[in-house]
Amino acid sequence: MTELLVGTRKGLFVLEGEPGGAFEITTRAFVGEPVDYAMRDPRTGRLFAAVSSPFWGPRIWFTDGEPDGGDWQPARGVALPKGGTEALKRIWVIVAGEADGVVYAGGDPGVLFESRDNGQTWQLNQALWEHPTRPRWRRDSGGLSVHSIVPWPGEPDRLALAISAAGVWLTDDGGASWSHGNEGIVADYLPEEARTSAIDLCVHHLERAPLRPERLFLQFHGGVYRSDDAGRSWTDIAAGLPHDFGFPVVLDPADPDSAYVIPVTTEDRVTDGRVVVWETRDAGATWTPRDRGLPQENAWLSMLRQSFAATGSGAGLELYFGATSGEIFGSGDAGASWFGVASRLPAIASVRAG
Amino acid sequence: MAIVRLRGQLEKLVGSSELTIEGGTVTELLKALEEEHSGLEGWILDERGVLRRHINVFVNGEPAEPDSAVDDKDKIEILPAISGG
Repeated sequence: MTELLVGTRKGLFVLEGEPGGAFEITTRAFVGEPVDYAMRDPRTGRLFAAVSSPFWGPRIWFTDGEPDGGDWQPARGVALPKGGTEALKRIWVIVAGEADGVVYAGGDPGVLFESRDNGQTWQLNQALWEHPTRPRWRRDSGGLSVHSIVPWPGEPDRLALAISAAGVWLTDDGGASWSHGNEGIVADYLPEEARTSAIDLCVHHLERAPLRPERLFLQFHGGVYRSDDAGRSWTDIAAGLPHDFGFPVVLDPADPDSAYVIPVTTEDRVTDGRVVVWETRDAGATWTPRDRGLPQENAWLSMLRQSFAATGSGAGLELYFGATSGEIFGSGDAGASWFGVASRLPAIASVRAG
Repeated sequence: MAIVRLRGQLEKLVGSSELTIEGGTVTELLKALEEEHSGLEGWILDERGVLRRHINVFVNGEPAEPDSAVDDKDKIEILPAISGG
């Protein structure tokens, strides 16, 4: 049984089902409130939801019980320093760390939080918050967001982040210091003279290959990139894709040469009438369209950066993506074929599968 | 001391629907409320100490501003604003 945690503009939806079969909506929670992200920590089973209440502000909630139960608790400490000039706007992502009890969360304005007690209390990462380059970071239309957090399997002190629009950031000392990892990324939305020194790089999503942790894949605001040196430098691998623009990217954890992207047009950020997932199994040298079962006419869908998820691996890799139009599509055979999981949901912000 | 009435989520967080709090203005009273009930921290005022945009405060049934005066025995209500459209 696969569980899908779907964050939408109008609450959290939990769906359960088998690949290729019917999925049932088993739970709604935070009804009517924007749920930007939800995940279940595989180590503890604890469920987290990032909720941006228009009234009470952004907050992380957690529960060890049923998601539709009444024991959701607000986490403490998910806030900027009191008395400053900025307020937390949104939590974009929550990720299980490598060390026992460690959970990370990223948000707007370009902030990283760390919990050491399985997500009950959180602390702001001061080194990133006070980084001297911060005045040069730029908000994009979605804000200034830490949206991708990728731990290094087995090495708790090594972490990579992606910030829109401030590029890739790396730490080897548990977040005490941060370095930039942007060499090779070309921002064609900037004047040529400004590109080599640019720090305001609009990374849309970042993923690490767990079996080869020095390899990462990145969907950029115009470009798909691969790094083989832990994120320090990048090679454009978008040749062969119909568009180099997109938001999410997912990997098959069993295959470090694999990546899946969903290209959309640069002009309007939607599919060009056909919905096609593109797969590489040679680290981006070639791309193969995977569209069997997906809408192939009059389909103008928009998929946000957190709305593409994978569970399992290899030939049984399950893939799921949701659209802002409220549809979810799934594959139980690593993208070879697709089926409709759900439709007529509120606008989908995130999908996690487990 | 003013009488602060809480409903919904705020009542659940505090465990009471009515409190008495000291404060010369709405903002002073809300800061004192957060200090006495740490579970409310960040729910009404953001980190800057600014009243959240879609929260309305009423003093004796009249809409109030952050710098509105609060007197002894005033009745304060903190409510989500009307939304939709």
